[in-house]
Amino acid sequence: MSFLQHFFGTLLATLRDVVPIAVIIFGFQFLVLRRPIPRLRRVLIGFAYVLVGLALFLEGLEQALFPLGRLMAEQLTHPDFIVGSIGQVVVDPHWSHYYWVYVFAFAIGFSTTVAEPSLIAVAIKANQVSGGAIGVWGLRMAVALGVAIGISLGTFRIVTGYPLHYFIIAGYIVVVIQTYFAPKMIVPLAYDSGGVTTSTVTVPLVAALGLGLAETVPGRSPLFDGFGLIAFASLFPIMTVMAYAKLSEYRALKAQRLGQESGVQDNPSDQED
Amino acid sequence: MLRMMQSLGRAMLDSLRDLAPIILVIGFFQTVVLQQPVPNLLELVFGTLLVVVGLTFFVFGLELGLFPIGESMAKAFAQKGSVLWLLLFAFALGFGTTVAEPALIAVSGEAAEVAASGGMIEDTESAKRYYANGLRVTVAISVGFAIVLGVFRILKGWPIQYFIIAGYVLVVMMTMFAPESIIGIAYDSGGVTTSTITVPLVTALGVGLASSIKGRNPMVDGFGLIAFASLTPMIFVMGYGMVMH
Repeated sequence: MSFLQHFFGTLLATLRDVVPIAVIIFGFQFLVLRRPIPRLRRVLIGFAYVLVGLALFLEGLEQALFPLGRLMAEQLTHPDFIVGSIGQVVVDPHWSHYYWVYVFAFAIGFSTTVAEPSLIAVAIKANQVSGGAIGVWGLRMAVALGVAIGISLGTFRIVTGYPLHYFIIAGYIVVVIQTYFAPKMIVPLAYDSGGVTTSTVTVPLVAALGLGLAETVPGRSPLFDGFGLIAFASLFPIMTVMAYAKLSEYRALKAQRLGQESGVQDNPSDQED
Repeated sequence: MLRMMQSLGRAMLDSLRDLAPIILVIGFFQTVVLQQPVPNLLELVFGTLLVVVGLTFFVFGLELGLFPIGESMAKAFAQKGSVLWLLLFAFALGFGTTVAEPALIAVSGEAAEVAASGGMIEDTESAKRYYANGLRVTVAISVGFAIVLGVFRILKGWPIQYFIIAGYVLVVMMTMFAPESIIGIAYDSGGVTTSTITVPLVTALGVGLASSIKGRNPMVDGFGLIAFASLTPMIFVMGYGMVMH
């Protein structure tokens, strides 16, 4: 009963969240384009599904994804677990004692990204734009590695408590330098790949993981240290994608040059003709 | 009816696939690495089911109603020729899709919770809601602004990197002046904004626009809107923090 009551509250709140979209779409359609909405019934049913779905999702988020992220952070940083994993009792844990945290962050980042549908779509487009020089699989691996390294480094930052902006600003400098050298057509795509990778399911879980870590690691506060994992996850793919594009370009050039050289050596008679 | 059931089933498979890696990794860590009992296991399983069903309905509803109409409107405005209306629509699209983004709703609620327990705002229901809504609207406005800027760039054909680098410089400058407690949330808000609703509709606008202008390549000029949309929230949220504290 209390679940139903709570759910009804969420549903009402969701209604408020979705109203702006409805106002914008109907407003522009009727006032500016001055056209009736095609298949109105379908659109209305769609809105109803969006409403119920969003409410259920937010409800489940509160009951499962947030607690799961917190639980993992709590258990992985628990003093008993640290003692078990390094085999001795430590009073003041060193950042390296939390190595399972980094492994977990890497695994979550990599596995959620490599299967991300929007990334697969972008990779296929990139393959076409580059005329096949950039492989679909290679790009997916590059982005997934970028997210994994990003979240992993982000948890390291939370554990050590270094200021977030040093890392991000250093990342920006690397991105700017890479932009200068990267193949021109990959640049907008690389910038986009930072944004598309973090899915609706991953974001809340990772956010909860960060907050949980900041709560349980001694000396950290959620307010100052808890956020930032998602920022890392959207910055690092930009670097790995540009690095991968540069690498593919370099490999293609090298193969071409090798092909030319061997062509000269193998067929001297052809050249005489 | 059968077609609807089929696409509902496909949406369900998609959301299961979204969740599967998370369940696998957490399951592995729980059974092999941590080997500790999980409290409230039943509640977690039930919540996970809600997430799957909710995401399924949400995506299904989007595909049924919002995406077709959004795409046809994006195309209509791209071809209409009136720059003012196009820019207005671009703003509305960015704002409207972001304000209902599930990940943003979740994270801004969490941010309000943290701000309240950190003593930054009052620890009451209404103060928290006010803070979370302020955060969400700020991010939504910044995404609207980003889409306007991105559309303008596509119209002019300017190279994207100048904008991005200028944005980076702005982020760094704002970081020096913003209160320290807002920096983390501000940096995160860039990645939070662009997920389920925003990406498909914004991409439709970009690609539709680039293909209706002569001499633009939809593959090259159509991209880049998302990059803007993940940069401006950082700047705007830091501004919000400076105003609030």
